[in-house]
Amino acid sequence: MKRALSVLDRLIPLLSVVAALLVWQFVSVTGIVDERDLPSMTTTVRELWHLMQTGTFWHQLLLTVRGWALGLGVATVLAVPIGIVLGSSDLAGRAFRVPIEFLRPIPSAALIPLLFLTLGTNLKSEVFLAAFGAFWPLLVQTMYGVRDVDPVALDTARSFGLGRLERMYRVTLPSTVPYIATGVRISSTVALILAFTAELFMGVPGLGQAMNVAGAFGLTDTIYALALATGFLGVAIHISTTAVERRALRWHPSQRQEVAL
Amino acid sequence: MSARSWRLVKIGAEILVPLAILLAWQLWTASAHQPRFPRLSTILVQFREMWLFSQFGEHVVPSLVRILAGFAIGSLIGVALGIPLGLSTRARRAAMPHIEYWRAMPPPALLPISVILAHSIGDRQKIEFIAFFCIFPVLLNTIAGIRAIDPTLVDTARSYGIPRHERVRRIVLPAAFPQIMAGLRVSLALAVIMMVLTEYFSSTNGVGYVLLISKNTFQLVPMWAAIVLIGVIGYLINFVFLLVERRVLAWHRGWRAALPD
Amino acid sequence: MLEITHLSKTYGSGDRATRAVGDVNLTVGEGELLVVVGPSGCGKTTLLKCIGGLLRPTSGDVKLNGKRVSGPPEEMALVFQDYSRSLMPWTSVRNNVLLPLRHKKLSRTDRTRLVEDSVEAVGLTRFVDHYPWQLSGGMQQRVAIARALAYQPSILLMDEPFASVDAQTRGDLEDLVLNVREQFGVTILFVTHDIDESVYLADRIAVLTSSPTEVKELIAVDLPTPRDQIATKELPEFAHLRAHVYRLIKRERPGASELADADALAAAHPES
Repeated sequence: MKRALSVLDRLIPLLSVVAALLVWQFVSVTGIVDERDLPSMTTTVRELWHLMQTGTFWHQLLLTVRGWALGLGVATVLAVPIGIVLGSSDLAGRAFRVPIEFLRPIPSAALIPLLFLTLGTNLKSEVFLAAFGAFWPLLVQTMYGVRDVDPVALDTARSFGLGRLERMYRVTLPSTVPYIATGVRISSTVALILAFTAELFMGVPGLGQAMNVAGAFGLTDTIYALALATGFLGVAIHISTTAVERRALRWHPSQRQEVAL
Repeated sequence: MSARSWRLVKIGAEILVPLAILLAWQLWTASAHQPRFPRLSTILVQFREMWLFSQFGEHVVPSLVRILAGFAIGSLIGVALGIPLGLSTRARRAAMPHIEYWRAMPPPALLPISVILAHSIGDRQKIEFIAFFCIFPVLLNTIAGIRAIDPTLVDTARSYGIPRHERVRRIVLPAAFPQIMAGLRVSLALAVIMMVLTEYFSSTNGVGYVLLISKNTFQLVPMWAAIVLIGVIGYLINFVFLLVERRVLAWHRGWRAALPD
Repeated sequence: MLEITHLSKTYGSGDRATRAVGDVNLTVGEGELLVVVGPSGCGKTTLLKCIGGLLRPTSGDVKLNGKRVSGPPEEMALVFQDYSRSLMPWTSVRNNVLLPLRHKKLSRTDRTRLVEDSVEAVGLTRFVDHYPWQLSGGMQQRVAIARALAYQPSILLMDEPFASVDAQTRGDLEDLVLNVREQFGVTILFVTHDIDESVYLADRIAVLTSSPTEVKELIAVDLPTPRDQIATKELPEFAHLRAHVYRLIKRERPGASELADADALAAAHPES
């Protein structure tokens, strides 16, 4: 009896997606929402298919991925070392607590006009914006990770005569890795949002700019197709960073509460 | 150095470092003579002129209304959907593909579509946009919070014959509440960001609109004043939320502290 | 009052099936304090959850006052071992005790009175407005007992309620159970793995076999009442009974390690 149930259970997600797609088609085709505002599911998918046959689309996709990756990379390279320093030194952590608490909640989007006027509408701005946004979650996670190191493990290492640097390398860093992995997952979402924002608002080449162009020519189908594709890009990034995080967490006695973003 | 004087050094650092940063900002901008980076003092004067209180009603109030309304609606929907999804495995399986897709979708990718569907760029479009994306952090954390509830608690309620809706109201929701609060915090920060994005993209008023217009007319000082204001809004909203959370979850801190390690 | 006939509970199906409860037959008379004792992992918690209506038995019957038990019956209250996990940490002792009364048809004054009386019966009147986690383990268990008492059940099921409590507090709590039974006249079905406790508390003892569990032997306990932690345990009769129960259980200790821990299974299948 239990086996039969789990076949149905395995199908439920698939059925749910199919049902949603059918509802979309129905709503659009029957005019519940005007087809000019909401292209039908088949139209959108067909448009996406056409896009995928073009080199331009993939080029734009790769540009967005590039902006995302560089932004995330810069943020990681900065946030992890700084986070380790601030997390290990009580003095440094406290000294910079207020500036961090103030800078953290600033929506990176507010910097768009500034970047527009200084770095210009190019990859530099996109990377800066993405990196600025991705920096803070990673910084905070790294600091938590360093502070959360098991004091018993550190004491044990010290009693075995391990020096400060060696303790950092052999105890603190490995223990911080799961936190960094979580930080990367959270930050990668932020970086994608900001990379796309830079393209949409500043015309930096990529999927966002493609959407701008489609909007300028009134190509609603293309807008929807691009949005659909961007969603899948987001899912792909989320799945891969979650997988990496899960791997990093495997051996860690994680009793932390996961805040979902 | 004695423990006492070390503590004083730390407190001193906590106060002095932020002040030093502000001072450095002022000194650098004063000497650099860069039109794009006006003096901090000039920005602050402009800040007071604009936001306290001449343009407060015209721009700040609509922005705040959009943030709060979007947050409230999105959070309510998030909790309302999260309860049945948290309680029923099957419902969760059906909903998961959709949740995973929409939570990974970068919000700016839906900005053009939001305007197309709403046929306007007024308050309703903005609040809808903000509310939609505020749903997901709350939804995910509600589900996580409900799934993490200790079964002993629920068993106890069942054994006393407490009916399901009472159990949800008196046991499930309060027990999941700390986790829901974590989701609310993320959602609120998201609401601020979404407000800036949607006002910058297309609006006739609001702080994001001011940001855009001052950039377009090369009014650097008002632009900076808007950036600072957005930072202040983000900071204050987060601060107030933490105060509320501290009050409301006082029992939670005490309980966790009392748990055996 | 409580009739259990041919009760059995099997988890899983096919060749991965685990029989936690084999064939249990038991009756509990009105006002009786029946203690169920057995080797660790024999399925005591599963048995109790079936009796309490939280788990559906694979076969057999549980009848309370002639009526079949299919869900948690209204006249029955349960006290779990994990007291701290069964109390709501976000509200006071008072509101915790009040919880089961909220949907009962009672006036507000009646409810308040019941809460105050049961809190007093367990000696926690001073702490009625504290949070549960501000109290010690023994006191938290008293709150759970007070809650069960306020519910005014005719039968109380207690699943190793004092296992997580230190030895000295346990003695106090055992005496509390006896006093409660005396004061409120409630029938009690008490599960434990502590042999001394079983002899001290019981009118009758049901000794269980190891998994799949059955009632191995029923022993009448003729020790004088009121029981006393020191005097009663000094009696030669106490030692004899204790030894008898111990021998029965020792013979039941599972030698083969393939036997699944039936109680762990009960914890993992809350709703099956």
